[in-house]
Amino acid sequence: MSEAVTALAGATYEGAVTVADGGLTGMVQLRADLADAAVATAVKAATGADLPDRRRISAAKEQRLLWMSPDELLILTDHGAAPDLVKRLSTELTGQHALVLDLSDARSRIRLSGQGVREVLAKGAPVDLAPGRFEPGEVRRTRIGQIAAAFWLLSETEAEVICFRSVAPFLFDWLSTAARPGSLPGHFR
Amino acid sequence: MLILRCPYCGVDAEETDLAPGGEAHLTRHGPGSDDAEFRDYLFQRRNPRGVHFERWRHAFGCGKWFHAARCTQTLEVFGTYSAQCSEPPEEIMTAIRTRRPDWEMPA
Amino acid sequence: MSSRLATGGRRIDRSKRLSFSFNGTKLTGFEGDTLASALLANGQDLVGRSFKYHRPRGIVAAGAEEPNALVALGQGDRMEPNQRATITELFDGLSARSQNHWPSLQFDIGAINARLSRFLPAGFYYKTFMQPRAAWKHLFEPVIRKSAGLGPAPTQGDPDRYEYFYAHTDVLVAGGGIAGLAAARAAAEAGARVLLVEQDSRFGGRSATDGVVIDGTDAEAWVAEQVAALSAMPNVDLRLRTMAAGVYDHGYVTLYERAGDRDPGAAPVRHRLWRVRAGRTVTATGAIERPISFAGNDRPGVMLASAVRDYIDLYAVSPGDRTVVVTATDDGYRTALAVRDAGLDVPAVLDTRPDPKGPLVDAVRARGIRVEAGRGIAKVRGTRRVTGVDICAQAGEGAVIEHVPCECVAMAGGWSPVVHLWSHCGGKLLWDETAHHFRPDPDRPPTGADGQGFAVTAGTASGPMDTGAALADAVEAGHRAAKALGHDKGAPRIPQADGTADGPPAAVWMMPHGAGPELRGKAFLDFQNDVKVSDVQLAAQEGYQSVEHTKRYTTLGMATDQGKLSNINGLAILSDSLGAPIPEVGTTTFRPPYTPISLGAVAGEARGSLFKPVRRTPIHDWHADAGAVWEPVGDWRRPYCYPKDEESHRDAVNREITATRSGVGLLDASTLGKIIVSGPDAAAFLDLTYTNMMSSLKVGRCRYGLMCTENGFLFDDGVVVRLSEDSFLCHTTSGGSDRVHAWMEEWLQTEWWDLKVWTSNVTEQFGQIAIVGPKARSVLERLGGMDLSAEALPFMAMAEGTLGGIGVRIFRISFSGELSYEIAVPAGRARALWDMLLAEGAADGITPYGTEALHVMRAEKGYIMIGDETDGTVIPQDLNLGWAVSKKKSDFIGKRAMERSALTDPDRKQLVGLETEDPALVLPDGAHAVSGQTNRFGQQETLGHVTSTYWSPTLNRSIAMALVSGGSRRMGETLDFSLEDGRIAKARVVDPVFLDKDGERQNV
Repeated sequence: MSEAVTALAGATYEGAVTVADGGLTGMVQLRADLADAAVATAVKAATGADLPDRRRISAAKEQRLLWMSPDELLILTDHGAAPDLVKRLSTELTGQHALVLDLSDARSRIRLSGQGVREVLAKGAPVDLAPGRFEPGEVRRTRIGQIAAAFWLLSETEAEVICFRSVAPFLFDWLSTAARPGSLPGHFR
Repeated sequence: MLILRCPYCGVDAEETDLAPGGEAHLTRHGPGSDDAEFRDYLFQRRNPRGVHFERWRHAFGCGKWFHAARCTQTLEVFGTYSAQCSEPPEEIMTAIRTRRPDWEMPA
Repeated sequence: MSSRLATGGRRIDRSKRLSFSFNGTKLTGFEGDTLASALLANGQDLVGRSFKYHRPRGIVAAGAEEPNALVALGQGDRMEPNQRATITELFDGLSARSQNHWPSLQFDIGAINARLSRFLPAGFYYKTFMQPRAAWKHLFEPVIRKSAGLGPAPTQGDPDRYEYFYAHTDVLVAGGGIAGLAAARAAAEAGARVLLVEQDSRFGGRSATDGVVIDGTDAEAWVAEQVAALSAMPNVDLRLRTMAAGVYDHGYVTLYERAGDRDPGAAPVRHRLWRVRAGRTVTATGAIERPISFAGNDRPGVMLASAVRDYIDLYAVSPGDRTVVVTATDDGYRTALAVRDAGLDVPAVLDTRPDPKGPLVDAVRARGIRVEAGRGIAKVRGTRRVTGVDICAQAGEGAVIEHVPCECVAMAGGWSPVVHLWSHCGGKLLWDETAHHFRPDPDRPPTGADGQGFAVTAGTASGPMDTGAALADAVEAGHRAAKALGHDKGAPRIPQADGTADGPPAAVWMMPHGAGPELRGKAFLDFQNDVKVSDVQLAAQEGYQSVEHTKRYTTLGMATDQGKLSNINGLAILSDSLGAPIPEVGTTTFRPPYTPISLGAVAGEARGSLFKPVRRTPIHDWHADAGAVWEPVGDWRRPYCYPKDEESHRDAVNREITATRSGVGLLDASTLGKIIVSGPDAAAFLDLTYTNMMSSLKVGRCRYGLMCTENGFLFDDGVVVRLSEDSFLCHTTSGGSDRVHAWMEEWLQTEWWDLKVWTSNVTEQFGQIAIVGPKARSVLERLGGMDLSAEALPFMAMAEGTLGGIGVRIFRISFSGELSYEIAVPAGRARALWDMLLAEGAADGITPYGTEALHVMRAEKGYIMIGDETDGTVIPQDLNLGWAVSKKKSDFIGKRAMERSALTDPDRKQLVGLETEDPALVLPDGAHAVSGQTNRFGQQETLGHVTSTYWSPTLNRSIAMALVSGGSRRMGETLDFSLEDGRIAKARVVDPVFLDKDGERQNV
């Protein structure tokens, strides 16, 4: 049986910031009313994690729960674990008005690392990325240049970006251009 | 370039993250409506110089449609609110009247 | 002639010599020079020819307001026209050329225009070139373009990099002079985030040159202290070489950072466009000195008085041995002192005021400099540069009292605040009767989202021209800006400046006051556009009253400097001519950018391969390796065909079709839109969004569906699959998925929010591969894993399972009329499945085909394509798709519209097939069927047009589809189609299903 492949095939760019294929990632989409306590209970039972607050990320074990909208959650997990997670969630949500889908292949994950990840993102996203205004634990859906994307910080020197698979090579090239040596403005400190 | 606060995700989104949706609070006229009603529903739009209610979508963000009340002349924003309503909520009306005492809701 | 002084020069480093070239001549300057100061240091005071009259022009200013010294910088792909020498920092190897002359700067044929100037008055173009109309395009315009204008556009692609940067700040301070620094400090110490930008390469503005003393220290030391203190604060970012270019709605400000101009080719970023959102913008943009309108004021050697002392103090450049100062202000006396301090001569200070007095006047007199009260300049002598001035009484008509030889004339007409940024987004101005300038009206600022003013002026940009008042204003501005955003730590201390305020300037709009036509015709208001006092007066005489109309008629204040020097003087002349007060005449609109910014900065990263997003399918790389010819479909790239070796595209398409229809073909259909619609009300929702009845679809079955707009017009189509009782998979057109998904969400969120439905756009989760042709089933069966027999998976059914070990969903649907399976596979395994299918099908000659073969095969079957057969005005019934429009449903989007008389008219254009009389002739796309009659405009009357037209290798003839008025009634008729060369092609109207009308090929 063939193994799944990413759209970026392990690409890496080393510049002022390193841009790298984030690799295969399990991504499970839940559409349900996140304000519904029964949904929170089901999600907790299936993942062990509490529902994230608005625009936040919650986590349990290897899973991260990204708040995408008041009725959409994206759960990141190991690529191989996604089908089981879909089953667990669907079971826990039986009887609820909810949609659970394995979208592990729909999006690509790109990792940024190094001093200056905030500035690379700020070249393309109309978002206040200053320290104190955007911190680890928050997820932001916006655009990077012309590409719809979501991103979050893991630390001051690490960020992750997700975008649709078909534009991942384009966004990878865009981020690599934004990360080329000597090109950071040095605005954040 | 406008900034509108998406009432669903709380982001102060700039215009490039948004998609405009035209005049708000139109009544849909479907089968059974007469020609005049249907024409007005499809084509007649207000274009006031002043207070206006609009639909916007947080297109690059959470994807949600929402309503905005703003002044088309000064670009002052009186507030944004849920898409799931047929008329502006009271707090929006109050905000408008506070800033524009002479304004009246058009019939 | 100008020259370098032996000592001094605040900015230059004499230990670092830089070599550069001007018009091919090698020259040298120093580190810290601008191109303008280096040119002057080399005695090069003629730097260009004027726009219209080709008059010799020299450097007037020392900053961004320079109208004349525009040069072409760099060479080849890095050549940039119209760069201002006064703000171009010198670097080693810089190469510049002057503009708008032929054959040379010294001798210019176009200068004949100057002699013809009385034939080239205001509005000359409008008056002269009206008739005959054709002559404008072919004769007048090419000639005018060659002789008038600025530098030539570069012809090669720009190799440098540009980018955007999004920044958010509480307080943006535009300008890093003493006011900007004081405002920034006040705001920062209150606790606000502060971004301060300065367009120049140094902070401090002109404070050091003007000898300002603050809190007992000289300005240079004070500025250094402020910069050090601000740099140490974590909430402050100070940036040089960064100009606030434009102020827009809701506190949006663009900054233009010239990050790599001194290092072209090596700098990682040439220019950076900052897109800033600021809570408050403090405009500490300073002031610009006004020139004075006297005859010959455009001669090289006539400069702003402030520029004269800038060149002396900053760059140790003498503008000439003898400088006559002509002034309406006390400030002009500072220049007289600076010139004298440099060891140069000031033959006279001509003060237009009858009784000049005050400390500066006394100081000048004390140095033994001759001061002439109530005097002005009748005329400047000299052609390529100043050789002297004729002195006259300012109150008179220009009778010459005395001739004074000199090399430089310093004009001091008073100062005008730089109000551009304040005005860009609607800030209003006040006319100051004392200072004779427009200044911002603090009660009418530009307003933001909260309805409050979001701009604050600081320093001389507010109006006050003396240092003490300007500093107090700036500190207060910075504090107020921070406080408005909730940052306040009490009233900040105001630094104290030494000295007393200057006396009020005189209003001198024309010199001498009673100048006759001869002098007025040589007194320039707008140097860049060659607009003279007489031109504005003529415009007024000809009935122009609006300042905006006068601007366009005379070109006053247009082009790259946008009237930075000419604005007030021009307005004053116009108001005088109209007999209306200046505030009534008003100003022209100030529009961004403040000074021109590069197109590269506007484009940012979006160039070359990053110009526009490209979407790739999971099988993209295989197509590329196979030599696919690409076709853009929305943002996707799809293979058009796969030519082999020397094969033509048409031959490749024919081969792909024949192979598919006779054996088996393979298509990457991943771009098809795929949307999950799920929930207890999903069926009801699809009944509303599709014209068809979708609620009756059985689980596991497929149905071709149509979507219309509320106007009744068809906008998307695709196969809907019922996955379970409450879950559907809706296929959309390629490139239609985002639009259709957004459309569904719009109705769910804004109209039918009571429906319990979730949607998800899963387009990118799946690759989709169509395996098509009589041998398709056998290839899949050999791959193994699923029962794909006609019984197990009949036409329009769906099955889930594993194929070759990969989990798939298979739809037995056909867009070609052949036995066909569309296989949806998780995108990460799509390439693997594609490779497996190719390997397994090799024995059957499996042939990948592209979009053109797809199009031909669907046209052979009479299937419509959204965007070919539809154009936003076509309803399903026009396309013989009335069967897909439910008559049972009480409502669906578009139903009400279809009841309108225009949509039920039997003469509407309807879809028909066409067979040309000459089977080898393929009709042109879009060809019109003509009736032979003409309409009331004398044009040929058309009956309809061709929507799809191809060579069919299967039928060995051309086929076409067309939308023809009353088409279904015309079966068998022969229609005339006009070809591009005027010939008529005859084609017979036939059934649009050309092949296998009974569908036997797919029913196996």
